[in-house]
Amino acid sequence: MKLLRLRIVPRLVLVLGVLLSLRQPAHAQESHIGGLTGDARRGKQLYRRYCVGCHGPLGDGRGENAPWIDPKPRNFVAGTFKCRSTPSGDLPSDEDLFKSVTRGFINSNMPSWLTLTYQQRADLVAYVKNFSPRFLEEKPPASVQVPSEPASNQQSIQRGNELYQKMNCWSCHGKEGRGDGPSAQTLVDNRGYPVPPYDFGTGTRFKCGDSNQDLYRILMTGLDGTPMPSFANSLTSAQTWDLVHYLRTLQLNLKHKPPKAGEERRDSSESKAVGEEPERRANRF
Amino acid sequence: MGTKSKYLHIIVVAAFGLSAAPDSSRRNITATKNSSVAKSASGAQADRPGEGVVSGTVRVAGPPVATARVDMAADPACFKMHSGPVMSEEVVTGANGALKNVIVYISDGLGNRSFDAPKEAAVFEQKGCAYSPRVLGMQSRQTLQLINNDPTSHNIHALPHNNREWNIFQPPGSSPTEETFAREEIIPVKCNVHPWMAGYIGVFKHPYFAITGKDGTFDLKNVPPGDYTIEAWHEKYGVLTQRVTLETDQTKTLEFVFKPQGVR
Repeated sequence: MKLLRLRIVPRLVLVLGVLLSLRQPAHAQESHIGGLTGDARRGKQLYRRYCVGCHGPLGDGRGENAPWIDPKPRNFVAGTFKCRSTPSGDLPSDEDLFKSVTRGFINSNMPSWLTLTYQQRADLVAYVKNFSPRFLEEKPPASVQVPSEPASNQQSIQRGNELYQKMNCWSCHGKEGRGDGPSAQTLVDNRGYPVPPYDFGTGTRFKCGDSNQDLYRILMTGLDGTPMPSFANSLTSAQTWDLVHYLRTLQLNLKHKPPKAGEERRDSSESKAVGEEPERRANRF
Repeated sequence: MGTKSKYLHIIVVAAFGLSAAPDSSRRNITATKNSSVAKSASGAQADRPGEGVVSGTVRVAGPPVATARVDMAADPACFKMHSGPVMSEEVVTGANGALKNVIVYISDGLGNRSFDAPKEAAVFEQKGCAYSPRVLGMQSRQTLQLINNDPTSHNIHALPHNNREWNIFQPPGSSPTEETFAREEIIPVKCNVHPWMAGYIGVFKHPYFAITGKDGTFDLKNVPPGDYTIEAWHEKYGVLTQRVTLETDQTKTLEFVFKPQGVR
């Protein structure tokens, strides 16, 4: 046999090579956002350049900067993500991750990465997916569809007010939505750090997008890793819109007006909107 | 091929082979000649010949622990549901220090055997602004039914490390929600609306688990013969471990005694 005629070292290398190749190949993740395909290998170089300082080389949120910042950087290994368009407990879609990287998280140390190209951000998304085994085991389910928004009127706001009472929103968010409800001081995130409930008085600091459509989506998906639950099983779409309309009346900053009903939103959940980014989100920290 | 290189080859291939092979069961299940069935002191018996029972009690040593009152004033609907003071159920003891709400389960020794999940759902209810049962045992991939029969809203927030974390809102009068867990784990559950609420769901790959009642007793029935590691978990006192070897048709009795800090 030819194999036996080789010297011992090349023979061993050959045997090892065959055995190694029979093991499960490691999947480098890909991401698909609109027409873009992101590649994890390119994403790795970008991650090392831009992300490792906070999120850590292992993607577990234990980068060098992590002890000094609050809220803490996301632990990608856990596979729990806050801003999604998928039901509570499920993985985000590639586009959810792309939007989070692009938008950044206002009032946190995660900046907007609008400065990177679309391709670079897509590559980063692909690389981030490699950290959690959940992306290999599960497919993200279909995104929650946000129906078109009915007009806001007095009756809708009144119904929303009743829902705010009935659904116990006040127990965390407070009677006037200032984030000072009776349970507010006890809230912690999934890593045990205190996480205050949102103060609706500002109207501008929603971390997962601040249009009415984003608010609707947050009510349907919940914010994983925080105490904010999903109301998908408890509210109809009409009720959810009523609640969104009521929540807008809580904000004191009247200069920021959300887009009117029926107006096309560029960061809606359709993939085709990837090519356009809302420029007013840039440079917001 | 020289002898030395032949052995080298064998070692290399064997190393790969062994690292890839599944754990083989170390037990030999021998057929029983008689059809006698193992019985435990408390009367629990194995249904099938050859299989045994691991039973016993769980106690906590030391003087009785003073329990704190639970203050439900934050939600008037919860407050109204109780006529008297509500005590915390973190530590519930019976006679002679018997400890309630301890999960006793086989943590090792079953090898790679798989068990079908039962068809009936495990039920976890929110009642009187507390979880009922406070500690629930179920199998992985079994359906978990979450019920809210209270006149107030709850959110039910599971906090696993090894499973999907979800957080679902249930207003009063809502129909039950169903969830499931894929992997073994003891999972804390909380309600963010009512911070005093705490519950635990033990998810296991196998059906050999039991939750102690106020008398502190447990019975693991229909356990095949073998060497096992049995663990007893309590939410406050941690985990105790014991090893046990079960022959065919045998009953073994174990006692777990938790020693809180400061108690000898």
